[in-house]
Amino acid sequence: MNDHKGVWVFSENYELMLELLAGGRPLAASLKTELAAILMGSQLNDRATELVRHGADKVYSMDNPDLKDCHTERCLSLLAKLAIEHKPEIILIGSTKSGKELASRLAARLETGCTPDCVQLDINGQGTLTTKRVVYSGNAVVTATYLKKPQIAAVLPRAFEKPEPTERKGHVVTVDVKIEKSAVEIVEINEIRAAEVKIEEAKIVICGGRGIDKKEDFQPLIELANLLGGQVGNTRPLAEDRKWFTEWIGLSGKKIRPALYMGCGISGMIQHVAGMRDSQVVVAINKDPEAAIFEVADYVVVGNLYEIVPAIAEQLRKQLS
Amino acid sequence: MPRIIVCLKQALDVSQLKADPSSRKLVTAGVPRKISDFDKNALEEAVSLKEKLGGEVVTITSSAEDAKTSIREALAIGADKGYFVNDEGLRNSCTLATSHVLAEAIKKIGQFDLVLCGEASIDGFSAQIGPRVAEILGIPVLTYARSITVQGDTVTAERSLEDRYETVRTKMPAVITVTREINEPRIPSLMAIMKASKKEIVSWRLADISVPPEKAGEQGSGVKIMDVSAPKVERKKETIQGESPREIAANLVKALIQDGVIGR
Repeated sequence: MNDHKGVWVFSENYELMLELLAGGRPLAASLKTELAAILMGSQLNDRATELVRHGADKVYSMDNPDLKDCHTERCLSLLAKLAIEHKPEIILIGSTKSGKELASRLAARLETGCTPDCVQLDINGQGTLTTKRVVYSGNAVVTATYLKKPQIAAVLPRAFEKPEPTERKGHVVTVDVKIEKSAVEIVEINEIRAAEVKIEEAKIVICGGRGIDKKEDFQPLIELANLLGGQVGNTRPLAEDRKWFTEWIGLSGKKIRPALYMGCGISGMIQHVAGMRDSQVVVAINKDPEAAIFEVADYVVVGNLYEIVPAIAEQLRKQLS
Repeated sequence: MPRIIVCLKQALDVSQLKADPSSRKLVTAGVPRKISDFDKNALEEAVSLKEKLGGEVVTITSSAEDAKTSIREALAIGADKGYFVNDEGLRNSCTLATSHVLAEAIKKIGQFDLVLCGEASIDGFSAQIGPRVAEILGIPVLTYARSITVQGDTVTAERSLEDRYETVRTKMPAVITVTREINEPRIPSLMAIMKASKKEIVSWRLADISVPPEKAGEQGSGVKIMDVSAPKVERKKETIQGESPREIAANLVKALIQDGVIGR
């Protein structure tokens, strides 16, 4: 168990990999070991040096035209092969949907444990990784530790802030890539709302729930969001039951953590709360004074959203002019 | 005519969980259990594939607790047979141990074309079982499917990812994990419930599927749970006062500016 050394980070999403470096740095320091980034892609240019500047001591660089889309199958076999060869102590993987699949399969191949959706990482007194993550639809935080190595953790986007680049030295290792034939063929890819800013990245989210009677009635929410430079979101029933939207915020949908979340006509089902509970400031508008959402709100507004939302917009226009 | 195995977890009904107010520890004892939501979608998908193509649907569940009521429900929804690995040795299993047990049970069940799972369980939400089982069985996995089409020996799924839908294709046998979008699980009729009572549930111990004790439970696990607590809720819960919507709005905007989340 002691021959495992080093903290590795990998994500098919480059920005997320930079965040993972911030998560991995203190672990590597605590274990007095090196932090390595596994870089896969096509035409990587100076990304390896950029990873060093963001905190990597070593970069294993795999540059190949067939890695352009970071196909999970391909990344998995390359990562597993490298891990078997070098025996890292900890592997951090970006907890996207593809990342979670990759982390689980990697853990299966290496016959070890894996915790997904981690929001906190620590090294305990025995030098073992401990992770924290939210489970039970947001009703609990689980602290887990590892019994086997390597210790694999999938880390949620924005659990760590991207580090500031500094001038530092690191070692770039170019790894030969042999692409194996994949059992899964990608037939077609359809981007979802690619042109818009992703709701997970919005600083302000105005969210509508079942208290909104018609899809047209979202207009005041959209106007408010535009005024604030934010985005509009919705709960699952509006997507699944009423078919107004294709996505939603919640346990099975998007998880957001904006600076400001404003819930309009939302009852506060735990499945929805699981998707927004990490918001910095929460405002809830609901005409039912008993609404569950008020339990997780900083500002409680008991009232009719059809009156309150336009009044907020009007107030903001006044302030801005 | 495909033979489909559905992995069913009997999960905690998370909507009924409560925290001990003083310790903030979660009280799981006595909380009702049910078929995990997404696993029910997987079962519904398997049963509707059977209705279209023929074949057979069986379920597999592993638990240290009794799960027969949940398995009966699955039989009422349309599964033909339920397999149940029930053993004290399963306690404190992480996904490494659980996937090993399920894969061994699937090998014992025998020939199959598809293994369907929910994208994750409603309680632990780790999303690992499907991919891990596929790796152990050495077959392809298609995760987060919002639709499944079977043609000959090929299966096509549309995957629902964060920023895109991805249509993927592979040869069977394969493992597929499904999202909630894929269907609306049926509620079984009284007739179906009565018929289900005549269907068979096969119970196994770990020894019956050749899983040694060190491969299950805590010994067979890679991860150990140290603590489960209710998250700290540190919200102000401050009611915004005002006689009119306009006054309320003005007070709210003032508070948000003071907090530094809007304007300057």
